[in-house]
Amino acid sequence: MTTDNQVTQDPTSSAPTEKIVVRHKAYFLKKKDYPGLSLISFCLLLLIWELASRRQWVPPLFLPAPTAVLAEGWAMVQSGVIFKHLLASLSRVLWGFLIACSLGLVIGLLIGSFRFFEAIGNPIIAAAFPIPKIAILPLLILWLGIGEAPKVAVIVLGVFFPMVINVYTGVKNVDPLLIKAALSLGSTRTRIIRKVIFPSILPMIFAGMKLGMGIALLLVVAAEMVGADAGIGFMIMNAADLMQTKKLMVGLVMLSLLGLFFNGLFQRLERIVIPWKK
Amino acid sequence: MRVLIEKLTKQYLDRRGLATEALEDINLVVEENEFVVVVGPSGCGKSTLLNLIAGLISPTSGQVVFEGERSRTQPQTAMVFQDFALFPWRTVYKNIVFGLEERRASLSEQRETGQKYIQMVGLQGSEQKYPHQLSGGMKQRVSIARALAMDPLLLLMDEPFSALDAQTRTLMQYELSRIWEETRKSFLYITHNIEEAVFLGDRVVVLSRRPGRILDIVDIDLPRPRGEKLSLEKAYLEYVDRIWQTIKDQAKEALEEKGDDYR
Repeated sequence: MTTDNQVTQDPTSSAPTEKIVVRHKAYFLKKKDYPGLSLISFCLLLLIWELASRRQWVPPLFLPAPTAVLAEGWAMVQSGVIFKHLLASLSRVLWGFLIACSLGLVIGLLIGSFRFFEAIGNPIIAAAFPIPKIAILPLLILWLGIGEAPKVAVIVLGVFFPMVINVYTGVKNVDPLLIKAALSLGSTRTRIIRKVIFPSILPMIFAGMKLGMGIALLLVVAAEMVGADAGIGFMIMNAADLMQTKKLMVGLVMLSLLGLFFNGLFQRLERIVIPWKK
Repeated sequence: MRVLIEKLTKQYLDRRGLATEALEDINLVVEENEFVVVVGPSGCGKSTLLNLIAGLISPTSGQVVFEGERSRTQPQTAMVFQDFALFPWRTVYKNIVFGLEERRASLSEQRETGQKYIQMVGLQGSEQKYPHQLSGGMKQRVSIARALAMDPLLLLMDEPFSALDAQTRTLMQYELSRIWEETRKSFLYITHNIEEAVFLGDRVVVLSRRPGRILDIVDIDLPRPRGEKLSLEKAYLEYVDRIWQTIKDQAKEALEEKGDDYR
């Protein structure tokens, strides 16, 4: 600072030959990679958990060791019990998910594309969306009995809303220039929905599917805790009642794996279906 | 086939319900195979004029009439947009045949016509690329090919090169001039660039500021094919100067008022 001042205060002296090398000020914006850190930290967490359980820092009845959970899981695979529960939950999730996604897509396109349907649909959706779907489950059981129907129905309700809202928002945000371009190239209104709007909103559809699957897993577990004799939710509830903590944990791990599986599946599907995405 | 633009007027209503006139009493005839360029300062309703002719908005009064013979499949207009308006999920080829698909042309016709215009605009080898893989100049070639493939009675171009850098723009002007000589279609081209207007047009229509009125129509009597040496010729420069003198004061007004008046 002081040297700077001296230079400016004394313009008569010849220019100083001081060299200032430009310093890279934005170095912290450069992204660094930490290869392998994710894996190491994850394994470390498991290791601490294993130790905590083995050394009895925490009673194993409350927190069984990862290896013990794994062994329990393997035993359930061998006996086949695990598949019974998995299939029961999966079929509920998939049915509910498929029905909800189809409905959400069609209705979202309709209310997004036509003012008529928008006027009808918007207030209904706005009023029904905030209700936690689990709160509707008792009503659904009252209407549909205690079989599969209310469980699938509650998933349909849960997945439908994120889907329909995503599709609707997508339609509303389609680049109007592309619609004008299609019009000037001779497209009719229905053709525009199919050839411009639908491909435009594909990323939003996938976002809705990912969101919806998370909700579907949440709801299937909740629904199976009331009046079911199979399913991951039933398994968890049942294990808790019998203090079978290991079995309970197996259920939690299954849910985590299911979530990861569907996320990976959707991501891969997205890359295939949307090849133009940068 | 001629295009008659008769007493075309367009008013917009603002939020308070007051009418602002965008175009006032435009009378113009685009003759068969003619390259007409409309030039004007910003806010003169150039784009409004194109949208009216394309049927994308409706006029307050007046009309646009296509007069003469045409084949049954020929649409009246096809538009080339300033920001390309390519469909990002379609490859170059698929973008170009979009209009043909919409009028249910056979696959072989699509392939034949598509190939023809891919050749014409010099996109061979890029057929399977997606728009995001192309430069601005390439994108605009796709857009031009897509519009030409429709074989419209009148090709509308809305400042097609103003999103491009200056050098690409100059090259694209040469290209377009060549394409017009190859196709000899009726072109209606909109720009705010006077040099571009004189370089491309058979006739230049000079519009005033809002409300857009025709100030002058200049016949550009310069030989074709027009190439890069044209911009050095005296006759060319005189046309440019004449149009600039007509437009100058209007452009100044636009510069001073734009902020509160426009948009």
